[in-house]
Amino acid sequence: MEKTYQRMVLAAGLAVAVGMVGCAAMQETDKSGEEALTLMKKDFKSRGQATVDRLNQDDVQALCTKYSGDAALPPEEARRVEAAQMAHVKYPADGKLLGDWKAGEKVAQAGNGMQWSDNPSKPGGGNCYACHELTKAELSFGTIGPSLYHFGRNRGFTAESQKYAYGKVYNSEAFAACSSMPRFGAHGILTEQQIKDVVALLMDPHSPVNQ
Amino acid sequence: MNPMFRGVLVVGFSAVAAATAWAQKPSNTVQEIERYRELLQDGNPAELWEARGEALWKEQRGPKHASLERCDIGLGPGVVKGAYTVLPRYFADTDKVQDLESRLVTCMGALQGISESDAKKVHFGNGPKKSVMEAVVAWITSESRGMKMNVSLDNPKEKEAYEIGKKMFFYRAGPHDFSCATCHSHDGLRIRLQDLPNLTNPRDAQRAYTTWPGYRVSQGEVRTMQHRIFDCYRQQRFPEPGYASDAVSALTMYLARNANGGTYNAPALKR
Ligand code: HEC
Ligand code: HEC
Repeated sequence: MEKTYQRMVLAAGLAVAVGMVGCAAMQETDKSGEEALTLMKKDFKSRGQATVDRLNQDDVQALCTKYSGDAALPPEEARRVEAAQMAHVKYPADGKLLGDWKAGEKVAQAGNGMQWSDNPSKPGGGNCYACHELTKAELSFGTIGPSLYHFGRNRGFTAESQKYAYGKVYNSEAFAACSSMPRFGAHGILTEQQIKDVVALLMDPHSPVNQ
Repeated sequence: MNPMFRGVLVVGFSAVAAATAWAQKPSNTVQEIERYRELLQDGNPAELWEARGEALWKEQRGPKHASLERCDIGLGPGVVKGAYTVLPRYFADTDKVQDLESRLVTCMGALQGISESDAKKVHFGNGPKKSVMEAVVAWITSESRGMKMNVSLDNPKEKEAYEIGKKMFFYRAGPHDFSCATCHSHDGLRIRLQDLPNLTNPRDAQRAYTTWPGYRVSQGEVRTMQHRIFDCYRQQRFPEPGYASDAVSALTMYLARNANGGTYNAPALKR
């Protein structure tokens, strides 16, 4: 899993080096920003799977850092990021987007994965409840993201909604640049099967999300 | 409070804490903490750390058999009262901006002859493995209770540390694309049932900063801001920030300065 992520960062780094540097924002040097990175590289240590190369940003992370706090992301930059990230969305080869919602509920509950305290050989979770309401049975949900209760019902149980849900979980940045939501598929946080399972949680008419 | 009574309370407290499976049931946790707060009133188990810390401050330790009593932690050698309200700050002898732990490492070296690696060895306590740092920090911070946070940016290095700390706060990276700002730059949000302070807004920043260190009910230990930052970086899926490092001092400078004007009130009781 960590390998996928490292490859992703490498690929993104290469893309920046090769051609995407047209964007002036990225070339601007910013003194305290560079000092901050130098200091972090001096003082942070690899621990377990959380290695120091995680401090290197891909182009999306660099752009979203630049446009954070008081600096609003310009709409044209947002559209550019979304289009570039859309190219990274990989839909399942078998064309099936819906897994098992019961397995999806477990993925949505599990908050482990990718931390230095996690065992990298165990499957990670999506921790969807940290940020979203999903079912009426789980009262312990966070509010960083919108409620997803009745997601399928509200969006319609269509192939298009399934595709949107899969793509959103796979690569959130393809639909909302600089979103707070992780890129679960693109960064290898969840496997294809796990994503199908959470998509079933959102989209299966029998899932508690849609009761 | 009478120490015997206090001891009994602490034992009872941890027993109940262990029995109620804090980690799994945040909804109950919030209510339970409120209940314990009432139960304990002014008696917080952190008092045990404070008492141990005061003794350690005065004890002759290290190769030089000296105490820390001449340590300058911000208001001159030996001044403890109010010192935490001006930290982090610039120190001319090290030519650095330092937070409390970083400064204590300096003093342990200069006064007691304790090496940096020994000073940092047991930085976070764990049951019988007790941390000198956490105890000394608990005592020093308790001596600033009721005083207003008053962190300066007058020195250019202080201003620089603040700006670097701010950049660190907004720095997005790692497999989850998180920065501190993901969780702490919006009003009124929560993760699961835990309220997330907006650390860019003075009201929340004051409330958060002035209540650390805290006795963590979930861990049965007193934890300092150093540990809070360490654990948030873990959740952020970042590598580990070095204990009492310049990077942590810079980030703490950003948090502390944003809390200026708030009335300091810790060690507190925390989830
Ligand atoms: C750290 C926070 C966070 C986590 C964890 C998270 N999300 Fe999100 N999610 C958001 C935010 C914020 C938004 C709204 C902004 C956006 O669209 O990106 C969102 C939006 C969405 C949307 C689009 C909603 C709509 O109506 O268009 C879906 C679907 C979604 N999340 C599903 C999930 C699933 C499934 C998981 C777990 C595998 C998950 N999220 C985990 C923060 C999060
Ligand atoms: C993925 C989410 C997440 C990220 C990223 C994160 N935190 Fe936290 N933070 C939390 C949670 C959850 C709490 C605990 C709230 C509670 O227990 O009540 C917390 C608590 C805190 C507190 C104590 C607040 C209080 O009132 O006691 C501080 C200070 C803090 N975080 C600072 C930071 C800093 C600095 C960073 C970046 C290095 C950071 N956090 C990154 C989730 C996060």
